Amino acid sequence: MLRYSLKRLLQGLVTVFLIATATFFAMHSVPGDPLAGDKALTERIRANLEAKYGLDQPLMTQYGIFLGNLVQGDFGISYTQENRRVNDIIREHFPVSATLGILAVAFAGLGGVLWGALTALYRNRWPDMAIMLAVILGISVPSFVFAALGQLLLVQVNGWLGFSLLPVAGWGTVAHMLIPSLVLGLGTMAYLTRLMRSSMLEIVGSDFVRTAKSKGLSASRIFTHHQLRNAILPVVTVLGPAIAAIATGGFVVEMVFAIPGLGRYFVQAVQQLDYTVIMGTTVFYGAFLVFMVIVVDLLYGWIDPRVRLE
Amino acid sequence: MTEAAFTADDFQPAAAAHSAQAASRPSLSYWQDAWIRLKANRRALSSLYLVIGLLLFTLIGPLIWTVDPSLQDLEQISQPPGADRNAVVVAPHSPWNGVARQPLGGGLGLAEPPTTQSVRLAWEPLPDAAGYRLYRNLFPYEPGQPLGLPLFATFNADRRHFEDRLDLKPRTYHYSVAGLDAQGEVTGAVRSLEVAVARVVTAQDAQDIGLVADAGQLSPGDRIKLRAHPLGTDYLGRDLLARLMAGARVSLFIGIAAPLLFIAFGVIYGAAAGFLGGLADQALMRFSDFVVALPFLLFMILLRVASGVQPGESGITPMVLAMVLLSWPAAARLVRGQILQIREEGYVSAARLLGGSAPYLVLRHMIPNTLGVILVTMTFAVPTAIFTEAFLSFIGMGVAPPTPSWGSMCNEGIKTMLTTPHELIFPALFISVTVLAFNLLGDGLRDALDARMRSAE
Repeated sequence: MLRYSLKRLLQGLVTVFLIATATFFAMHSVPGDPLAGDKALTERIRANLEAKYGLDQPLMTQYGIFLGNLVQGDFGISYTQENRRVNDIIREHFPVSATLGILAVAFAGLGGVLWGALTALYRNRWPDMAIMLAVILGISVPSFVFAALGQLLLVQVNGWLGFSLLPVAGWGTVAHMLIPSLVLGLGTMAYLTRLMRSSMLEIVGSDFVRTAKSKGLSASRIFTHHQLRNAILPVVTVLGPAIAAIATGGFVVEMVFAIPGLGRYFVQAVQQLDYTVIMGTTVFYGAFLVFMVIVVDLLYGWIDPRVRLE
Repeated sequence: MTEAAFTADDFQPAAAAHSAQAASRPSLSYWQDAWIRLKANRRALSSLYLVIGLLLFTLIGPLIWTVDPSLQDLEQISQPPGADRNAVVVAPHSPWNGVARQPLGGGLGLAEPPTTQSVRLAWEPLPDAAGYRLYRNLFPYEPGQPLGLPLFATFNADRRHFEDRLDLKPRTYHYSVAGLDAQGEVTGAVRSLEVAVARVVTAQDAQDIGLVADAGQLSPGDRIKLRAHPLGTDYLGRDLLARLMAGARVSLFIGIAAPLLFIAFGVIYGAAAGFLGGLADQALMRFSDFVVALPFLLFMILLRVASGVQPGESGITPMVLAMVLLSWPAAARLVRGQILQIREEGYVSAARLLGGSAPYLVLRHMIPNTLGVILVTMTFAVPTAIFTEAFLSFIGMGVAPPTPSWGSMCNEGIKTMLTTPHELIFPALFISVTVLAFNLLGDGLRDALDARMRSAE
């Protein structure tokens, strides 16, 4: 177990290193450089700025400096926001994204397990049909449409009630978080519901369920202690990729709901070609996602002891 | 114990009973069998028709509806479908000095019939007003509520007329005039007026947008019909149906070309790894593991930035390339697994025994036997690719602006979704229906083609 964890961790580090390298060279292959902006610079100012940002060095030296700083956890200074450190940007905005993402994963996980179990219990009856119809919609409709529809619905509801039940956009209180995280989690919830349904259906016909029934256990106890626990396992395996999907899906939701998260910042930085911010957030996000997948994999071994990690 | 005596007759061959040998039903190939299964699946079949319909819409549609998707109809901006297209021809605009006033009732009144060319307003003096400010609103005046868009302000108490020519639409507006005190504060005296603006067009404009061949044919007072837009227009007055068709080309091209390419690459890569085995297999698979670990959307965005789309380019090729670069490992892994299994099958050994070369074995025996799985993967890859394109275009990192795609149309539509929701609803509907159709078709194909992957439903 320890050996396996260490091996995965090492692999993760190599992946992060590759992400950083790919990001660095992708950024530096862009024609032009960050200083070729809208302001005309004199030779002298340009030379000074290049020296300040280290752009006068050969590419490999710059790469070395970048890696050196990265090892110390320093992502550098933003180009478009003068003297603002990328670390500060991440520190300020990542907690917002993380809160949104955790809530969305919670919604998706709980909702997926609950709906999936319900569909399996009411197989081919109307609750099953209704939920599966919703699931098909959830898989087919893009997240930004859900975001727009969610906002539209809030406007209508607030207008209809005559007071603001839930805020339409912005961030700060729990009320701000509910609808965006629900919208963000919807696609994943639909996917998990489908997974949970098929895993539940498989388990309903298994031997241990029949044994439990013949022992005289109540239907509810079989459901909670035998079926649900076993059916939940495949859902846990896909939680890692699901977290990744939710983290990047957050870009759109943050844009639509005007949430000051890191995703919105990343999109902005890309649009302004703010190289250090792009590199910093990519490496940070990349590392986060890679390690989330590892954590979920390790968690799986803990939840289901039958799975041998090696 | 009795002994039976055999005669020579006993050793004659029995009469050939052909009925035992004959196949009672025609023999079916794998694909014929799959097609029969698919046809029995109503959901999959209707989604197949839907996919065919979408392809027809994309390929044949522009031949039937030949409107240029980039043509701007400035007379009809952000028109919902089925909007009134009638317009009255008027003389060109001439300046107004505010003299020709009609008798006013209720404080604020119209000097002339209101048209989209101009709304000419005049008002009676308000008590204690040292000046006036005129507002335009979409909603009726209510005390305490905002008055709307301020159009005009003056500190001359005798200047009591205004001509509104600001972006007038054929709809109902609510104008309000508020008295100002000497400090420029609103005194509280407000007069309001509801104005229903009629759509007009000058003869010259009608000629310019191609409604008539010659402006001389029209005289003021004539009624004409503006261009038809079955699904309305967008915020620049472009025909939404034509743009949806042009956008379908981009979205479906990316959605089909990218999976085709990356699955083709993945098949070759996976087949090579699976067939070679050993160290080469390990090295190839380790590399694909690293590509899988890269965060997909972040790298799509990065590659898009790195490819640096120049003005005038659509940005479709870099997007397809980026998708191919990042998406092939899933197909490679799948095909490798299949090849590893098939490699041990008897028919492969038989072919090898007969002297088949390695490329022959792979191309003739192994890859055709994985085609079912590959086709299913392909069908599920299409909606993912369409989603990715829509997502990237939505955050402004996809196809470059003049080229329409469903995602970029959603991006434009979402800005005006409260006032003109049709600009968002139509492209969103097309994305959803396409993704739905390919997902259901994929489910059906999986059930029909591959017994092992058959879903539990």
